[in-house]
Amino acid sequence: MTGSLQEAPGPYFGEFGGRFVPEALMAALDELTDAYDKARIDPEFTGELERLAREYTGRPSIVTEVPRFAAHCGGARVLLKREDLNHTGSHKINNVLGQALLTKRLGKSRVIAETGAGQHGVATATAAALMGLDCVIYMGEEDTERQSLNVARMRLLGAEVIPVATGTRTLRDAINEAFRDWVANVETTNYVFGTAAGPHPFPAMVRDFQRVISVEARAQMLALGGLPDAVLACVGGGSNAIGSFDAFLDDADVRLIGCEAAGDGVETGRHAATLTGGRPGILHGSMSYILQDEDGQTQPSHSISAGLDYPGVGPEHTWLSSIGRAEYWPVTDAEAMEAFRLLTRTEGILPAIESAHALAGVIRLGRELGPGATLLVTLSGRGDKDVEQAARWFEMLPEDEETA
Amino acid sequence: MSALTDRLDACKAEGRAALVGYLPVGYPDVATSLAAMRVLVEAGCDIVEVGPPYSDPVLDGPMIQHAAARALEGGVKVDDAFAAVSVVAEAGAVPVVMSYANLMLQRGWSRFAADLKAAGGAGVITPDLTPDAAPAWVDAAREEGVDTIFLVAPSTTRERMQLTCDASTGFVYATPLMGVTGERASVGDAAERVVKGARDAGAERVCIGVGVATGAQAAEIAGYADGVIVGTALVRALGDEGDLERLRAKVTELAEGVRAAR
Repeated sequence: MTGSLQEAPGPYFGEFGGRFVPEALMAALDELTDAYDKARIDPEFTGELERLAREYTGRPSIVTEVPRFAAHCGGARVLLKREDLNHTGSHKINNVLGQALLTKRLGKSRVIAETGAGQHGVATATAAALMGLDCVIYMGEEDTERQSLNVARMRLLGAEVIPVATGTRTLRDAINEAFRDWVANVETTNYVFGTAAGPHPFPAMVRDFQRVISVEARAQMLALGGLPDAVLACVGGGSNAIGSFDAFLDDADVRLIGCEAAGDGVETGRHAATLTGGRPGILHGSMSYILQDEDGQTQPSHSISAGLDYPGVGPEHTWLSSIGRAEYWPVTDAEAMEAFRLLTRTEGILPAIESAHALAGVIRLGRELGPGATLLVTLSGRGDKDVEQAARWFEMLPEDEETA
Repeated sequence: MSALTDRLDACKAEGRAALVGYLPVGYPDVATSLAAMRVLVEAGCDIVEVGPPYSDPVLDGPMIQHAAARALEGGVKVDDAFAAVSVVAEAGAVPVVMSYANLMLQRGWSRFAADLKAAGGAGVITPDLTPDAAPAWVDAAREEGVDTIFLVAPSTTRERMQLTCDASTGFVYATPLMGVTGERASVGDAAERVVKGARDAGAERVCIGVGVATGAQAAEIAGYADGVIVGTALVRALGDEGDLERLRAKVTELAEGVRAAR
């Protein structure tokens, strides 16, 4: 079919994407691209990945209608795509199993990964344990403090977790450090990149591994009576969002909305809403939108959610935004936490704070469209890791009572 | 031919390799870094690489990361790198800039090349920009007569070696080790192999960077390369306190090294 927007191969998405990396990594990226191009059409690889998805991750993930939550969304019908129910608690496992299998095909014995909230790190450590690979996870020091439970999980799984104390001590610095490790150890090591950003082939490959979300969801929606009016997902680098959008890209009547982390509000400058507040630039190996100053120095991002606290965004999102196929909405910390509280109280489902940004988008869109609208939102992860942070936000910890 | 190739050829005519010194502008502060650039030239650097600090230097080790972060905290701007280029040119060495891609892109490929030319700079080394990734940069640089210096590594395939050497003017920057910038006890046989690979691909001038810390290493490399590039060891010598005499002593040691080889 000509004109399809689905499964765009890269390296460029419009003028975005590409491969801006040190020459030392070029051979490894070429090798990875070649291995992936062969694997994606090899029934042995795709069959093994499907088996793992079914028997290990627990796919297909279900779709849950949430009427008590929807009552606060202008009467629109709201359905959750439950990636939070996957093994390890988020969509990250979909991508990691694919890249870990590729690592084995490459004959490499060690994987490295960056992580923000810890979800990708936990998923990578899990896959490494399952497949007998050595595993090193880079995590910003600030993130190791706000997600200490996930640090412990990774260590229990046998991974080495290296806190990164340089720069802003968050996800962006963890990626820098992982790239440095890769340059030095590329012969033995594969970099399991966690989001649909970075140099080619990562944006297209990660999208392909996450595409299962929208392939399943589209069929599930059709079985429930028809395509939704809109699909929403949160966007940091954008892997769950691109996976949630891809199979719907050619359904022109389905609105696609990515919810970016607006932190304290885009106007305050303390945010991570890259497509709302950034401009084109090169960061972490690809051309996309980034938060930067006049000279091109990356600016610190801010979000309550470690997983969205990133000053870049995947190049395919930038392209979809530039051609008007997808919209990107800023959602503040306060809006996300209100949505977090609402879903938990009305439906007994504790979302990841990342995913709560998409839920806030649903509340806004539902109130705009009113009854008759059907909204599908990807619940990218579960909120177990966020209990302490949420309890602090809502002042529910014992010390809050003492000081109250 | 360019100021860069002329200088490399002049060193060769003296029977020695060129000494190429790297310093980030703005470390420990802008004024001291400009004085430090002058010291590099006075103490024997033939070519000076000026580094505009970048917020996400993925190819740099801890020492240069530290210097870049400190310089950025001090408010250094890309404009300061062009001022440093002028200082180096006036002091009598050939200035080049080593810049991460986004700083060039934000200024505009053409404007970056034109500003460098106006400041007296000869070329740009691009650690995260390969020739195939940046045809627009290569075009802009050719237009202004600015050299495009690309990197090759031990992992560089034969095809990419050809592509990179074809697109490089001035010299080819060979990294003998897989890894980020920083001092190493030995740069090993890999250095010679990378230089040979580049020469086989037609590179007339090849300089070696990453890992060189001592006069003895400089002497060893000067035996088979056209230039020896030293960065981290100079940044360490300069230090947070901006010790120009310690820097001068280090450069003097290295300058003796490149002259001791043949």
